[in-house]
Amino acid sequence: MTEEILSVVGLKKHFVVGHTRWPRRTPITVKAVDGVSFSVHEGETLGLVGESGSGKSTVAYTTVGMYRPTSGRLTFNGRELFADNGGRPQQLRKEIQIVFQDPGSSLNPRHTIREILSMPLRVHQKGKNRVEQIVRLLSHVEMPPEFMYRYPHTLSGGEKQIVGVARALASDPKLVILDEPTSALDVSVQAKTINLLLRLQREMHLSYLFITHDLSLMRNVASRVAIMYLGRICEVAETAEFFSNPLHPYTQMLLSSIPVISAAEEELKPRKVISAGEIPSPVNIPSGCSFHTRCPFVMEVCRRVDPVMVEGAPGHQVRCHLFRRSHDVESRN
Amino acid sequence: MTEATLLDVRNLSVHFSVYGGVLKVLDGMALSVRRGEKVGLVGETGCGKTTTMKAILRVLPATARTPDGEIVFLGRDILTLGPRDLSQIRGPGISMIFQDPTAALNPVFTVGEQLEAVIAHSASAAGQALPRREAYQRAVTSLQEVALADPQRLLKSYPVQLSGGMRQRVSIGMALATGPNLLIADEPGTSLDVTIQDQILRLIQSLVNEKHTSVILITHTLGVVRELTDRVYVMYAGSVVETARTPKLFAQPSHPYTQGLLKTVPRLTGGGIASGIPGRIPDYLHPPSGCRFHPRCPHAMDICKIQKPSFSKIDDEHEVACFLYSEKGKDRREP
Repeated sequence: MTEEILSVVGLKKHFVVGHTRWPRRTPITVKAVDGVSFSVHEGETLGLVGESGSGKSTVAYTTVGMYRPTSGRLTFNGRELFADNGGRPQQLRKEIQIVFQDPGSSLNPRHTIREILSMPLRVHQKGKNRVEQIVRLLSHVEMPPEFMYRYPHTLSGGEKQIVGVARALASDPKLVILDEPTSALDVSVQAKTINLLLRLQREMHLSYLFITHDLSLMRNVASRVAIMYLGRICEVAETAEFFSNPLHPYTQMLLSSIPVISAAEEELKPRKVISAGEIPSPVNIPSGCSFHTRCPFVMEVCRRVDPVMVEGAPGHQVRCHLFRRSHDVESRN
Repeated sequence: MTEATLLDVRNLSVHFSVYGGVLKVLDGMALSVRRGEKVGLVGETGCGKTTTMKAILRVLPATARTPDGEIVFLGRDILTLGPRDLSQIRGPGISMIFQDPTAALNPVFTVGEQLEAVIAHSASAAGQALPRREAYQRAVTSLQEVALADPQRLLKSYPVQLSGGMRQRVSIGMALATGPNLLIADEPGTSLDVTIQDQILRLIQSLVNEKHTSVILITHTLGVVRELTDRVYVMYAGSVVETARTPKLFAQPSHPYTQGLLKTVPRLTGGGIASGIPGRIPDYLHPPSGCRFHPRCPHAMDICKIQKPSFSKIDDEHEVACFLYSEKGKDRREP
């Protein structure tokens, strides 16, 4: 296994959304991320998959530094990402960049592409010929240099997202967080964008934390896949193992819900689990295992005890009582 | 047009007047739906799927013109109908489920007020006066049909108090409450999570099978079409390029666009993603001459630039608008 580049241990991010009035004023918190641990290895793509409200974007924003975690430890190449004194050193900021979901709203409509790309260059790559750098950056993402004088509204959705990728690459990062980069795009445009991202990964030795709700896409892109549900990770495995042997009932529910286009894919879908219920509000997370309200295999213990991560199969982590060997296993962290 | 045909769109053109010219969005669009049939309409953003549906319901914006074509529904051309006849078609004849249930429901009225209004309107269009009590009862029934618990309480709720999946269930209930002959579902699950989308699609499927309603399912997700429909139309830049029975289309995609599109769909079996179709969807102000797909087509021939291909029959109910399958281009076809 290659070296660990990002390590996240016990990440929690709680948001206070209001206060109760009676009998005493106590904060109402949304536990967007509630104890998440994972790592990203050098050169790999870790797919972080979940439904809306699962907290996957909060993990992304915290890693890139837009939020401060409530608790937990994030290290990048052994360096603490959230030191006690607040600000993240610029050298570290340069290493972790993000591509946002909606290219329509993540590019300033009043700036030309040149101005959009100049900003990170001005901050992170001082004293070089900027126009030359922009031309080089655009050629990396297969965009003609004359695009730098255009405004975002003159570009198609796919082209805007490619500008978003170019902006993320401007600081020459090691880790790029892709927050649903293709969910707003058509499949043929998605295909083009994904292939560009894969080529850039090879050429620039990038590691990706790929956040998405699309499992079929992850089958083709990720080296490892992690599933999130209500702020917790419930299953992690290498991609091939993950799809051939999905263990967690929630993963099986997700897989069985995917509309597929061939009989060969139909074979891979678990048949036992049929989608039911909706993701509960993260304000009132169910007791015990948070998935027990929708789980077809729910047992008595699931309502009371939160399961811990166990190895359900070699190299395959799952957080479910079905795979717990004895009831006195304590947290492995 | 056979006895069983419910809706027949023939050679429909829709143009929009804009500053600087005319956008020729639909160009010779054709589509037909039989009674009880589930038809899929697939294509990428901007290919004219929604414009077609708006034309069928006559809700195009004022800048739109329909210089050509007819839309025959139950023997009458919708394009020539007056407002009174139209209100008999909208609702009791054709109803629609929209992509975004949040935008489809009015936020300042309760679910009950909206649902009862729809039921009362369709009754009055059919010439009967409906007592309020009866309308309320029917509203309760229609919420029960879409598997919503506690309909009495839901009828008093405002849309914001419901989750996305529940709102979509309400709008399905509303669309089917009038007992339409044809249901148009415009991306009914796209704005929802995949597990909820699955529930919604299964719900639509079981309801329309039970009521024998015809469906046009508009989507850009090919997998949804495969699981839900009997027949598919693939659209590109304002007209249909291929139509076939659903299993046939996936087994033997014939138009170069359909082939390219299917290759770009990520598969659960893995194997990477093909790099897509080169170029982008054309500008409707100056659409390409001849076949509108020719600038992006890997097999483009000289004739494609001059003439718009007509449909060539591959076999029963499988037709392709491409010169590769006409007499002229037969020798160029790939095995």
